[in-house]
Amino acid sequence: MKTNQTKFSLACALPLAMLIAVGAPLPVIGVGIARSAMAAPQAPPTDGGKKKKKIGAAKEEKAVEFTPENMAQLQKLANDRKLTPDDLMAAAKTFQPSGRHDEYIMFASGGHSGQVFVIGVPSMRLLRSIAVFTPEPWQGYGYGVGNDVLKEGDIPNQELRWGDTHHPALSETKGDYDGEFLFIGDKANARLAVIDLRDFETKQIVKNPITMSDHGAAFVTPNTDYVIEGGQYAVPFGNAYATSDEYQKSYRGMVTYWKFDRAKGRIDMSKSFALELPPYWQDLFDAGKLACDGLIFGNSFNSELATGGIELNKPPFEAGTTQRDMDYLHIIDTKKAEAAFNAGKFEKVNGFPVIKIETLIAEGILFFAPEPKSPHGVDVTPNGQYVVIAGKLDPHVTIYSTEKIKKAIAEKKFSSKDSYGIPILDFDAVMEAQVELGLGPLHTQFDDKGYAYTSLFLDSAVSRWTLGGEYSSLHPEQPWKLVSKTPVQYNIGHLCSAEGDTVSPDGKYLIAMNKWAIDRFFPTGPLLAQNFQLVDIEQGGTAMPVIYDSPIGVGEPHYCQMIKADKLHPWTIYPEIGWDPQTQAIDPKAPKPGQEKVVRDGKNVEVYMTAVRSHYFPENVEVNEGDNVTWHITSMERTMDATHGFCIGGYNINLSLEPGEAATFHFVANKAGVYPYYCTEFCSALHLEMVGYFRVKPAVH
Amino acid sequence: MSPFLSRVFGPRVSPEFVRADRMRYSLPPLMLSLARIALVVSVFLPYWHMTLEAPQYPEGLELTAYVNQLVGDVREIDGLNHYIGMRKLNDAASLERAMGVWMVIAMLFLVEGAALVHSRWALLLVLPALLFPLGFLVDLQYWLYSHGHNLDPTAPLSSSVKPFVPPALGIGNIGQFRTIASAGTGWYLACASSLLTALALFFHRRAYKPLYDRMLAEKASI
Repeated sequence: MKTNQTKFSLACALPLAMLIAVGAPLPVIGVGIARSAMAAPQAPPTDGGKKKKKIGAAKEEKAVEFTPENMAQLQKLANDRKLTPDDLMAAAKTFQPSGRHDEYIMFASGGHSGQVFVIGVPSMRLLRSIAVFTPEPWQGYGYGVGNDVLKEGDIPNQELRWGDTHHPALSETKGDYDGEFLFIGDKANARLAVIDLRDFETKQIVKNPITMSDHGAAFVTPNTDYVIEGGQYAVPFGNAYATSDEYQKSYRGMVTYWKFDRAKGRIDMSKSFALELPPYWQDLFDAGKLACDGLIFGNSFNSELATGGIELNKPPFEAGTTQRDMDYLHIIDTKKAEAAFNAGKFEKVNGFPVIKIETLIAEGILFFAPEPKSPHGVDVTPNGQYVVIAGKLDPHVTIYSTEKIKKAIAEKKFSSKDSYGIPILDFDAVMEAQVELGLGPLHTQFDDKGYAYTSLFLDSAVSRWTLGGEYSSLHPEQPWKLVSKTPVQYNIGHLCSAEGDTVSPDGKYLIAMNKWAIDRFFPTGPLLAQNFQLVDIEQGGTAMPVIYDSPIGVGEPHYCQMIKADKLHPWTIYPEIGWDPQTQAIDPKAPKPGQEKVVRDGKNVEVYMTAVRSHYFPENVEVNEGDNVTWHITSMERTMDATHGFCIGGYNINLSLEPGEAATFHFVANKAGVYPYYCTEFCSALHLEMVGYFRVKPAVH
Repeated sequence: MSPFLSRVFGPRVSPEFVRADRMRYSLPPLMLSLARIALVVSVFLPYWHMTLEAPQYPEGLELTAYVNQLVGDVREIDGLNHYIGMRKLNDAASLERAMGVWMVIAMLFLVEGAALVHSRWALLLVLPALLFPLGFLVDLQYWLYSHGHNLDPTAPLSSSVKPFVPPALGIGNIGQFRTIASAGTGWYLACASSLLTALALFFHRRAYKPLYDRMLAEKASI
């Protein structure tokens, strides 16, 4: 808003008012006014004084009463639609009336869709997808804008334009979600991405320089100092070549500590480092917290060092990796690893610091503990006193005491060493309990009532079991006992309870992330959606009903985290006009109204454009065939949801211009002709008229 | 003092005289001071609000007018108005807004002056302050009329919107919008100031009229 007067300061206003109050002689008042440099009250910022209705808040609370008529209607409806009382209860627990927001927000990986999905709980409504490793046109990611981020994840001689997103990790402060950032790994290419939760957009992709496959990514340390990326399929480091005969000597597993610079919202590659690990296939990792803060835990399989070879009549991987009874729980001391890195005790692979196995042993950084073979899931309890390993091929979860682990390390209670010389802690010295749950235990999360929840893949069930130690007083049952199982449909992988992997789980809602849906939904051809099922875990004991089925028809989600919605503080429009989401600052080159222009410098043409309902300025842009075009657009909008698109047909350009956003893209005008550009996001009644012509004048040959 | 000036300024009184009947002679200047304080404070408060309601604006759009500026969702409303060819909101009353604070300051001087004028001319000095709140609304309504009646005939929706006048107070309808206009605290304070000034003037006149008449009578008898 325009005001050509200076701000009225209260400091001036007050003496002025006082002078008037005491009826001072005129000249004095005159001077007072002159000094006040001209009164001009500046109103509070636009929405400061506004009485805003809170969006999404529940209506005023008043007791709901059902009339006999209501009950009769409900009864009829239930009969007509064949709904049981349990069904109606489930509906009542999950239905969100129009305009009411969900209590929790779930961030689910999108598997090989390369995306992240944002889903409201308990309604299970998909709110949006976040394009991460994969171009996505609606968000304008990878079709003019976002290309630079995608490019960061490329490897030499190869563009990578998809990823296999596996484990989303919300940033944490003191072990609790803080709602600021989200990290996610790409299993296929060993990459990690940073998403800023102010605008839910991918800001950075880092490619792991030493390996080509990860799985345990991402997991954060309690204050998000580090983002952990654990490897999966071992390869020779640094894109080197080695035959399968050289597996033991040349192939390596790894875990990478990516240093996170919260102020910049970026991974700081210069302060990041990796640990060389034996070529067991590291699986999942979890960062220690509270009682075991400073340690990280990772499980593994293929301590057999199998190299497959079904084509050579050798045991296939599925058999070769499951021969031994025990694999190794990895226990890593982050503080000592950091100290070794800072002391320069590393070698560089592809320019990236890697602490070698012998250093890990010498410095007491890495220890193993035996774990039942080929396990899955390694989950630290909220108080940090226990680590739970799910058996996968073993019907138990094995619980390790972190205190016993620390004691065994201090007292050097080793049963043996592995072939690389890494000390193996005595199993009985560190194991706290084993609980038989059923077939195929995979992943564990927690609640606030002293229960743990473990997914059972083969049983297709969610199990609830009791924790011991200081948790014993929270539940009426015996510690370390199975309490109940709820069937889910079907083949559950991960599960996730509300804030269930933090230091303070909420004990509300659990998502069963089922790999198969089979008959749950209308079959959409042979490729079926995954099935997210919502389980109500608020009551303890044996009550644990499934209350909603949600088809996920846009990817193969793997893991999710669920955060209380009020911990997120997303922008509803960009803070200022001309905002560059990549730098999260004003773009100095962002076109301003009245300064729209087309500037030519030889073959380089720069277009400065603004967009506002319902026109672009300018509406005619002409270049010569072969020109290098740099195109800047600023959205002048300040209204929530007044998003414009911008596409140029024939040039593979499509942007999403959210209110205030400034975008810049480059291309070579290599095709003569006339190409309409228009708004791709329905913006207004005159949306169809929001158009212009891009003319490429043929070169004279 | 020339006869003319003494007629304009009225009879002078000594401090002892005032002290003898403090209530009678000090009350009017005190009330005028209060009126001036009210007027000064009003400048910092909104004089007028308009809320625009439409289905796609669940929180509504807000306009707030101060003596010297228009704030709120001005940009968005301008953006919408361009479809019907309405001029920008800040093109309205630009002189009034630029002058607003100076006018208030001038009124403060005049009201201060009125306390020193012990004749009926005092009314002339406080007249602007008396009429200010009414003048504000009249001017506002004029601009609302002017903006609603000077629509660009080449605007996209010019053919579907007839000239209109949003009411300066109360409820109006234009397109999918419902406009709800109301006076703000600043305006009410200005009204209070106006009322206080009128009362003060009444007491002022009551105090000095006998002295003034006596002065005239004395002059006539000389």
